Amino acid sequence: MRWQVVWPKENGRRSPGSSHISTRSSSVNQLVAEGKLTLLCDAETDGSFLVHHFLSFYLKANCKVCFVALVQSFSHYNIVGQKLGVSLTTARERGQLVFLEGLRSAVDVFFRAEGEAHPLQFLREAKAASLQPLYEFVREALEPVDQREAAWKRPVLLVDDLSVLLSLGVGAVAVLDFVHYCRACVCCRLQGNIVALVHDSGDAEDEESDILLNGLSHQSHLVLRAEGLATGFCRDVHGQVRSEQHPAG
Amino acid sequence: MPEPGRPPPPRDSVEWEGRSLLKALVRQAALRGERVHVLGCEVSEEEFREGFDPGTNSRLVYHDLFRDPLNWSNTGEALPGGPLGVLRAMCRRTGPGPVTIALDSLSWLLLHLPCTTLCQTLHALSRQDSCPDNSSPVEHVRVLGLLHEELHGPGPVEALSTLAQIEVTLSGTGDQASAHILYRRPQHRPTHKIQWFTILPDFSLDLQGGSPPKSQPHPDPHTHPVDPTTHLTFNLHLSKKEKEAKDSLTLPFQFSSEKQQALLCRGLGQATSHIFYEPDAYDDLDQEDPDDDLDI
Repeated sequence: MRWQVVWPKENGRRSPGSSHISTRSSSVNQLVAEGKLTLLCDAETDGSFLVHHFLSFYLKANCKVCFVALVQSFSHYNIVGQKLGVSLTTARERGQLVFLEGLRSAVDVFFRAEGEAHPLQFLREAKAASLQPLYEFVREALEPVDQREAAWKRPVLLVDDLSVLLSLGVGAVAVLDFVHYCRACVCCRLQGNIVALVHDSGDAEDEESDILLNGLSHQSHLVLRAEGLATGFCRDVHGQVRSEQHPAG
Repeated sequence: MPEPGRPPPPRDSVEWEGRSLLKALVRQAALRGERVHVLGCEVSEEEFREGFDPGTNSRLVYHDLFRDPLNWSNTGEALPGGPLGVLRAMCRRTGPGPVTIALDSLSWLLLHLPCTTLCQTLHALSRQDSCPDNSSPVEHVRVLGLLHEELHGPGPVEALSTLAQIEVTLSGTGDQASAHILYRRPQHRPTHKIQWFTILPDFSLDLQGGSPPKSQPHPDPHTHPVDPTTHLTFNLHLSKKEKEAKDSLTLPFQFSSEKQQALLCRGLGQATSHIFYEPDAYDDLDQEDPDDDLDI
């Protein structure tokens, strides 16, 4: 299945195609079933518009969302979210959204006493071998604590993005283990969904990136791949999103 | 059919997944009455058992390495010894009768264990069919391992291949899947075979022979082919008479024997050509023939 996504330009800059993707979002959302891992992959383009789409979609659907945001600040996602009809500030205040702001937390890690657990603990380690603290953060954020949690629908983990972890020194196998454990907890035990963005650098010599992308593709039930048009730049249509469904089991 | 004692690793890729084939082979083993042990690292037990009939599920023992393979939960639920401990436990005799061991997947084990350790353990696993003495019956052990080829370099893949007696690589064209099967028998040359197949919803295998099945074209009933020559102002076709006239036409510069004879033998009554020349006042008329010096 393949469709074109129109990205409207504002002031000469690309912005998330919110107004146009809404007409297609129903077909995207129908592909995402319960208890599944959806992999967002972008190649030679910016696929973050899909992250914004799913964030607003799941918040509007009254799901409990844990958003591991490693690329942009909270205010950036909040501004885009407001264009899409959701307020991240309100969602966070009422407990629907648990937001890990990577850019700010990365600095906090170095001002914490040693021994105190932190989701981005691996930044302090000489060799970032395990993302277990990050997994523990996700598990505590999404596991229902008391009866008030019953107000939310199924839990959702959103990650923007996994390729940044490679740049921060984490090995591809460690990232795959993190996603594995999140799948076991969020998808299988809590019957929730995971949506994660990863970049396809297209560099044949980047073995870690290839292992990460291929390993995640094998774990995923649905892969949404955003890429530029094969014929080159076009003024009206800026790219295409291709979906690949993998059989369960 | 995999030979007893040696692991055949089905190799798959992101485009052509191999878990369905692994489950089909597991189902076949269970239907033969064998005990099937599955080392599950990549999917949950519920997801692996999905689609099997109750008879298959009853003969299937699932060793769950999916829930907590690295013991992050510290609840004691993880299998003792981790993945290597579970593999080594399988090396011990599991009882009489034939046994099939399915590793889902070899890729996960290869990413988390040293290649040499894994190869040694697999070799020991496949050597269960040999007995230290001749008193007890030989126990047939079949080992199936799923390998995602693009996750590993050529070295580890080749090392695992040397352990296998049968190697199955998945590919295909369009919607048709194919298995490239390589048989390695001791003291024999390796043999290749390509098998097209389909896996049905109950994980039974439908084998379709060695050539790709012809796909039937499905014409869209709502569109009709349009003839572009229907409304032309010129004629694109020739009638039979026009074709004959065209074929019999002699081209003006085509030199044939008839033309040669016509030029050399000009008969009476044939029109001869005349050149009418009116010299100008300034023309220098030279009565000498300028071609006199040519020896023609």
